[in-house]
Amino acid sequence: MYKKLTFFCAALSCILLGGCGSQSGENGVVIVYNWGEYVDPDTLDMFEEETGIKVIYDEFETNETMFPKIEAGAAAYDVVCPSDYMIHKMIENDLLMELDYSKIPNAKANIGAWYWEQSQAFDQGNRYSVPYCWGTVGILYNKTMVDEPITSWAQLWDETYKDEILMQDSVRDAFMVAEKTLGYSMNTLNPDELQKAKEALIAQKPLVQAYVIDQVRDKMIGGEAAIGVIYSGEAIYTQYENPDLEYAIPEEGTNVWIDSWVILKDAPNKENAEKFIDFMCRADIALKNFEYITYSTPNDTARALIEDEEIRNSPIAFPDLTQYDNLESYVYLGEDGDTLYNELWKEVKSY
Amino acid sequence: MKFAKKIYVALIFLFLYAPIGTLIVLSFNASKTRSKWGGFTVKWYVSLFQDETILQALGMTLLIALLSALAATVIGTISCVAMNNMKRRTRAVLMGVTNIPMLNADIVTGISLMLLFISFGLRFGFGTILLSHITFNIPYVILCIMPKMKQFNPSVYEAALDLGASHITAFFKVMLPDLAPGILSGFLMAFTMSLDDFIITHFTKGAGIDTLSTKIYTEVKKGIKPEMYALSTIIFVTVLVLLFLVNAAPDKKQDAVL
Amino acid sequence: MKYKKNILAAPYVLWSALFIIIPLCMIFYYGLTDKSGAFTMENILAIASVGHAKALWRSLLLSLISTILCFLLAYPLAMILAGKKGNQTGFIILIFILPMWMNFLLRTLAWQTLLEKTGVINGILSFLGLPPLRIINTSYAIVLGMVYNFLPFMVLPLYNALAKIDENIINAAKDLGANKIQTFFRIILPLSVPGIISGVTMVFVPALTTFVISTLLGGSKVLLIGNVIEQEFTQASNWHLGSGLSIVLMIFIIINMLVTALLEKE
Repeated sequence: MYKKLTFFCAALSCILLGGCGSQSGENGVVIVYNWGEYVDPDTLDMFEEETGIKVIYDEFETNETMFPKIEAGAAAYDVVCPSDYMIHKMIENDLLMELDYSKIPNAKANIGAWYWEQSQAFDQGNRYSVPYCWGTVGILYNKTMVDEPITSWAQLWDETYKDEILMQDSVRDAFMVAEKTLGYSMNTLNPDELQKAKEALIAQKPLVQAYVIDQVRDKMIGGEAAIGVIYSGEAIYTQYENPDLEYAIPEEGTNVWIDSWVILKDAPNKENAEKFIDFMCRADIALKNFEYITYSTPNDTARALIEDEEIRNSPIAFPDLTQYDNLESYVYLGEDGDTLYNELWKEVKSY
Repeated sequence: MKFAKKIYVALIFLFLYAPIGTLIVLSFNASKTRSKWGGFTVKWYVSLFQDETILQALGMTLLIALLSALAATVIGTISCVAMNNMKRRTRAVLMGVTNIPMLNADIVTGISLMLLFISFGLRFGFGTILLSHITFNIPYVILCIMPKMKQFNPSVYEAALDLGASHITAFFKVMLPDLAPGILSGFLMAFTMSLDDFIITHFTKGAGIDTLSTKIYTEVKKGIKPEMYALSTIIFVTVLVLLFLVNAAPDKKQDAVL
Repeated sequence: MKYKKNILAAPYVLWSALFIIIPLCMIFYYGLTDKSGAFTMENILAIASVGHAKALWRSLLLSLISTILCFLLAYPLAMILAGKKGNQTGFIILIFILPMWMNFLLRTLAWQTLLEKTGVINGILSFLGLPPLRIINTSYAIVLGMVYNFLPFMVLPLYNALAKIDENIINAAKDLGANKIQTFFRIILPLSVPGIISGVTMVFVPALTTFVISTLLGGSKVLLIGNVIEQEFTQASNWHLGSGLSIVLMIFIIINMLVTALLEKE
């Protein structure tokens, strides 16, 4: 009996572990790890058809959830699309491969010079990353539910909007709002400034309806809240669904972010990964993606192809950033900085 | 009294089914967002069947739930029989171990399994999800069977042996029928737990493999695709219809089992 | 016979060693070391910090309330169901598991739609001229979510235990002059203890450790210990601290186990 059982168990585990080979295209596979719904699925089909490379596609929710998976090497990915400060962190942790731009000709040809320059902040010399989407963090508000236009972060502390405010449920974004309101840098590590920012967030908590990441969009469309902190890429879509909504870049300044493609150092399919990034930089593909996900594209050639002039020159999707002098990007704060921010954020959340 | 009982059951049912009703209504909502009613439509049901990724996730979910529930039920039942005859202390230790996956936060179980698989060098994918699901399903099976086991009268079993039955015959003819309700509810519990699990799958899945839960979770980012509501409605209605059919069929065996 | 039966336990013993014990050791290893791999108690003592202690206290409170509510709701229900004859009961039991076939995340999101300010329930209330219900994004909504999600885990074991009680015992008690209340407290309740233990465990533990419910229904305004641990693993990627706090959580769970073990002995 005993032998039979162990045999059964052994046999079972063999079947289970062995029977899971994934099918591959004629030219192999590329394993992509991207934000949820951050690409038009049609473009993936087109890539497969044109190159014969099968795309294995996986999604993550935040930079912070993506990082441990990559660091642990739990699943072998080729191409990932993290944000600026996280790319910095990944470079510091020696997780990324230096790119060979001769294999990715579309990148340099189509992506605007401004974005490359902006990327230098986290990727010195543009050696590791190719910009995919960018935007600002701002305030989305419902014109019918507020008395005056919302133009500043300070209005998120206004008692009249009690229970009508949606804050971002992520450390950096939440602290950015408080720090900018108080006139600090969003990358500050000054303990006094951080204490003040924390106290401001605690003071704001009774006014906040909820801390959310993704649901700002749904809740704003449904008129569930009057004011929400949101990524600019969501604004076009929400306005289309609910014309009462208005997007504003607050006067105290805000965060400009870039999400970029990177290839992992231990990627199993490096060549296919390069082909994938090159394909994503093609103007027609970038345009298709822009139309699908409505996040601003750094692909100038693609932007020129947008037929609707209103969108091509939309101040939300393509704001003229030169008129703001207090925009910043997140930088990686180092391990101690991360820990400090997390500790303070927990104090806010559990208050 | 009878009336009060009925009202009570009805109220609990209302509580349990109110969100389900909401989801069904949402599946007919023409507006893409959850919070706005845009008129009646069945278009999500049409587009659902063209959505390959959702269908794949569905197949994966069902396969894993079925295999893991079966494996867990077999292992769980055997272990219950074995444990019933153990010395008190040995049994207490094994039950303690059994309780661990249930008592731990799912996320700890998930992460600890992830660490284990990494150190074993296993490739993340179908196999790792299945192993994890079996692991967290076994305790549910055991917990469903153990109360029955404790109420089982061992002298009946011994009587069967005295009357010349082999251990195997005695098990299948005497013990199993008594345990059957526990085993069945254990299996159902395991199946539904597996179907419903998100956290552990999230940490043990590999690239490109999604169950419905992980799919939905990633979709929360940009709002749930209405096709998901449509799919849930279809699953729900299918199970409901199956239940009615099973219940309506004058099947004596079913009665005995339930 | 004993020997043979103990060997039956072998597959499960192996399985649990491999997939339960070893992973658990890894958690302990992480919880008791720092990033450089040196031994430290810091990760466990971190529970005393303001944020963590508050979150733990709140989790204990909410999960306790939920467990009691689940028990109070489920016991009469299980008795009613156990009292039913024939092929009805199996069907009814399945009806209780049926909601779980709608995905957990979707079901909880559906409560959001129901409870929201502009949600379904408030729509009905304002139609009836009643004041709106403001419980979304509070602890009340979290308790509701816990009770909703974990009620079937209480009903099923209770039903299993109650259905097994021999009716002759109850009749005997009645014949001996016990009234309904006496029968309940002296016969039915003690005999259903195994079911109660299973049920309480199955509700209390997931309620204590949940983070999804508090995120979706609490609007992330109410931080539970599950959220803290989840964030340490998935966001702060400080597995050492996350593991340390998990060990603390396990201590509370062990207390729960000891209490139930004592009850069982009685």
